[in-house]
Amino acid sequence: MTARIERPLSPHLQIYRWTLTMALSIVHRLTGIALYFGTLLLAWWLIAAASGPGAYANVQAFTGSIIGKLIVFGYTWALMHHLLSGLRHLVWDLGYGFKATEREALTWGALIGGVSLTVLVWIAAYAIGGGR
Amino acid sequence: MSVEESHGSPRKARSMRTPLARVRSLGASHSGTSDFWRQRITAVAMALLIVPVIVVVLMLLGRNQAGAAQILGSLPIAIILLLFIIASAWHMKIGMQVVIEDYIHNEKLKLASVMANNFFSIAVALASIYAILKLSSGV
Repeated sequence: MTARIERPLSPHLQIYRWTLTMALSIVHRLTGIALYFGTLLLAWWLIAAASGPGAYANVQAFTGSIIGKLIVFGYTWALMHHLLSGLRHLVWDLGYGFKATEREALTWGALIGGVSLTVLVWIAAYAIGGGR
Repeated sequence: MSVEESHGSPRKARSMRTPLARVRSLGASHSGTSDFWRQRITAVAMALLIVPVIVVVLMLLGRNQAGAAQILGSLPIAIILLLFIIASAWHMKIGMQVVIEDYIHNEKLKLASVMANNFFSIAVALASIYAILKLSSGV
């Protein structure tokens, strides 16, 4: 092995002061990963609907349970947040919203909007289906 | 790039390819920006489809299998869901591959993970598509 030369390294994440956009960048990735595995639930539900009453009742028993509701609620938030956070990225892709105030506003918008939309969808769900 | 660099000296020329041909559609991943672009197409598609998809899901709440099957089998709803499934499976396959390539540095493990990611995404998409087609055909 050749001798290691001690070169100065560029500082990594933990050196910097945490900013909202940094945190939300990681949240965007984490919600993406959560949604990735959450598609299993969606596929299970569709397959059950195509399979018959017994299989569908199993899904409904799961989504009606406390743990199931928590997972579906978390899935709803991950979807809403990833959606708004992703729209923010599309704005940036087009070259807009890079000023300090603009990027902060977009990021707060995604954060607050994601939580609000989640609550709205669940209010609608309870109003329509009685929480099933 | 200077003129000399771009054309290369005749003595050193190893390739007949022009600089444009070398960069066209390639780059380090040998796939150019196609994944970047597809990630955006599928993102916009889902942003457009999300409202009808949520409406469909809300319509299904509180119904039994027969009711759900009837709604899912209707033509416009089946098409909306099929489009959403294709867009989301494609989007999540690309997204997970970016995550894998960012964090897994062992080459063999990386290849295995990228392969597993492809299998997972295709399997989830195909299973969901099959279920919807089955509901639509009413078999």
